[in-house]
Amino acid sequence: MAKRLIPLALALTAPFTPAMAAEQDPFSFNMTQGVTATSFDAFNLHMLLFWVCLIIGVVVFGAMAWSLVRHRRSRGAVAATFHESTAIEIIWTVVPALILIAIAIPATMVLVAENAQPAKPDVIVDVQGSQWKWHYKYPDQDISFFSNLATSSRDASQLGAKEPPSSAPYYLLNVDNPMVVPVGKTVQIRVTSNDVIHSWWVPQLGFKTDAIPGKINNMTFVVSKPGMYRGQCAELCGAGHAFMPIVVKAIMPAAFADWVQKEKAAAAATKADAAGPWDMKIAMAQGGKVYGSTCSACHQANGQGIKGTFPALDGMKLSVKDHIHIVVHGSKKNPAMQAYGKQLSDRDIAAVITYERNSWNNHTGDLITPKEVEAAR
Amino acid sequence: MNPTSETLMQNTAADASIGQVGHVGHAHDDHAHHGPRKGWLRWLLTVNHKDVGTMYLVLSLVGLMIGGIMALLIRAELFEPGMQLMQPQFFNSLTTMHGLTMIFLAIMPALTGLANWMVPLQIGADDMYWPRVNNWAFWAMPVAAVILWSTFFIPGGAPAGGWTFYPPLSTTYGPESIDWMIIAIHIMGVSSFFGALNIILTILKLRTPGMKLMDMPLFTWSWLITGFLLLLAMPTLAIAATMVLSDRHWGTHFFGADGNPVMFQHIFWFFGHPEVYIMILPAFGVISEVVPAFARKPLFGRKMMIYATAAITFMSTTVWAHHMFTVGLPVWGQLFFMYSTMLISIPTGVKIFNWVATMWRGSLTFETPMLWAIAFIVLFTIGGFSGLMLADVPADYQYQDTYFVVAHIHYVLVSGSLFAIFAGVYYWLPKWSGRMYNERLAQWHFWLSVISMNIAFFPMHFAGLAGMPRRIPDYAVQFTDFNMISTVGAFIFGFSQLLFIWMLIKTVRSGPPALARPWDGARGLEWVIPSPMPYHTFITPPTDKQIHDEGPKAYE
Repeated sequence: MAKRLIPLALALTAPFTPAMAAEQDPFSFNMTQGVTATSFDAFNLHMLLFWVCLIIGVVVFGAMAWSLVRHRRSRGAVAATFHESTAIEIIWTVVPALILIAIAIPATMVLVAENAQPAKPDVIVDVQGSQWKWHYKYPDQDISFFSNLATSSRDASQLGAKEPPSSAPYYLLNVDNPMVVPVGKTVQIRVTSNDVIHSWWVPQLGFKTDAIPGKINNMTFVVSKPGMYRGQCAELCGAGHAFMPIVVKAIMPAAFADWVQKEKAAAAATKADAAGPWDMKIAMAQGGKVYGSTCSACHQANGQGIKGTFPALDGMKLSVKDHIHIVVHGSKKNPAMQAYGKQLSDRDIAAVITYERNSWNNHTGDLITPKEVEAAR
Repeated sequence: MNPTSETLMQNTAADASIGQVGHVGHAHDDHAHHGPRKGWLRWLLTVNHKDVGTMYLVLSLVGLMIGGIMALLIRAELFEPGMQLMQPQFFNSLTTMHGLTMIFLAIMPALTGLANWMVPLQIGADDMYWPRVNNWAFWAMPVAAVILWSTFFIPGGAPAGGWTFYPPLSTTYGPESIDWMIIAIHIMGVSSFFGALNIILTILKLRTPGMKLMDMPLFTWSWLITGFLLLLAMPTLAIAATMVLSDRHWGTHFFGADGNPVMFQHIFWFFGHPEVYIMILPAFGVISEVVPAFARKPLFGRKMMIYATAAITFMSTTVWAHHMFTVGLPVWGQLFFMYSTMLISIPTGVKIFNWVATMWRGSLTFETPMLWAIAFIVLFTIGGFSGLMLADVPADYQYQDTYFVVAHIHYVLVSGSLFAIFAGVYYWLPKWSGRMYNERLAQWHFWLSVISMNIAFFPMHFAGLAGMPRRIPDYAVQFTDFNMISTVGAFIFGFSQLLFIWMLIKTVRSGPPALARPWDGARGLEWVIPSPMPYHTFITPPTDKQIHDEGPKAYE
């Protein structure tokens, strides 16, 4: 195992830059101290409990070990006949009770503080989980985007993948679009779900918040250090549960303001593009991108799907009308096929349907226009 | 009730059970020498508590093997990052079915099997209160098992939403097989309910005259209390499962986005937390029998042990939401469930201290049952420690749904319940079979199991703390080493159990004859029965002297 460890350590430390120094130690045995007050409190309580348990363990197992060594028949031990002692039984009820009170007090103080939501956070992010990606929306900045598993991880995680997981940077903990937050500012996330229950968890931020359909859970944090903080969905949410990571990029407030401007400009450019030219080449290029981030989790990059769970698109016989309908409105039969009309633009949907009808062994030559998609909504 | 009427009732029950056998053509004049029916029909029609107990134990062994194969498939896939053996959906089916199988078809039937064998023997009863219900309750179980396991072969695959089957993943988004899982759960629930009722009634109605409630052996005591907990828990599970079925098929919206998905978790865990105590309290009972026998000393604080069991039972109904600290409970709710969960460690601690005090200044020997009991006390306590840590809400925000929790449940269920069951089987097997097991083989089984169990499950604490979520088929590369070690341990543990099966076959077929009391320190009415054991026991109730000599004052 040590042989394998060394190259792995080298591979993992190679891409480290000073900005990434705050990243979690990949060979950690213990809970991270993290970069928020919540994570720090969790770590401290965890260590307090650890030492309390260790001391109790030493006392109890020590007494037991003494007995196992000294009071064995092979050493000529003769059994005593005592079978109760009120005093000692009171002691070992009261002492644990006092220990529990001692650990409950700091836990209570921390818990009450953590659950107090500030009146006015600096940044609000609406986080929505869905099978199997996260959607981030900044209502005050008018920014919104999906965050999907990075393609390199997706490819390496396929059954019979050509590339090993170690070839993918931050395997299963890497996304196309990270959530971005400013360092030192109060960030409030409002977490919910579009389908099943997910749980939003970044260990270095110190908490999990379940994403539950029909319910919004709020949590507040302040990141103290810039860095990329990586986590995963923590509640079983179906076949792609392991494949919807969370990456939070914490940057200085000035950089955050730049990022907001850039995102807004990019959104405006996309809007302008929507009125631009539309041909097979443009549609196929855009469709390939959309397919990679939205469809390939289930239907697979090779369009073969997964037998019995997700239908193959390669060799499908769907008419254009039905194809648009199922992408826009979802499948009644299989709810994993969501209504993408709510998530993607007309242009994206037209592009991805064009891509699906003209890839692998599909050569229909159909070019779907955004207008057709709009009409189907 | 005075002793005379109790004796009368006991005789009536005995007559009733014999009457059933007579009905199918095997009447004998002398009840005491009545043997089992010949051929396979013996097992189908038996109303004898010993036969039913044996069948429960065999079923649980089958369940343990099938659940174990699932566990090894899971561990094989998790040996290294990347998907090597299966699709993620099938992996999820394996984790789901592994949990359901181990809980409902391995641990629970094993404990019920021990109860069927030992409760009547420990209280000097000739059989269970409802012998025929006993037969039905057992035979419902293999039916449920076949239904549950067959879901692997239906289109859409086996249930894959976890053994906790949270909606909406198991309602709107679940495969068809969820319906069959619910049917299996209902059948197992009804079986457990009547099994529990039967045990309660046996203890309360058929206890030999002259044995006071407080003088009952601890194993019987723990089952009396567990019985009531089952009566509470099983209908709750049935309610949750039926509501899921209703959401799936009858247009209700209990647990959808337009209903309340969290409500399911409340109902489920109101069953689910008592359920973990259902799996551990009878295990505590076994340990309380084994430790005094090999310390040759009375159980320390016997009354406190009984009160602690009752206290744990009561408290176990007030801690359910500690499984739900991250669903967004109001802060007072989180505080309540943190305090109640911490509180439950007090009576649990009392039990651990009492076992240690029982060993203290005893005259200890270390035959296999005692080895399992010692391993139980140490490793279950480690599971208790991680349980206490999980109760601390701000830390649980980090622990929740990670491998730390997986480590915790396996320390309390494998080195807890399962090890106690092994202790009980080795302790009573000479009584059941009339033959002695091979001590050398048994110790190999013990040492391999106890070492590999720790290799398999201890690294999971680290994986969880380092940030690995549970129920994932594939993981980030920094968790590789922990998972490789776990997988190696799991495979050694799994294959070590073949030694157990080999030991059982060897004992039953060719073990040397066992003494009526193979353990010189063992006390209890079961040991006054001759060896090999007659098919019907305690047709005449035990004498007052026997009751006294085998009771709590036995060592004085």
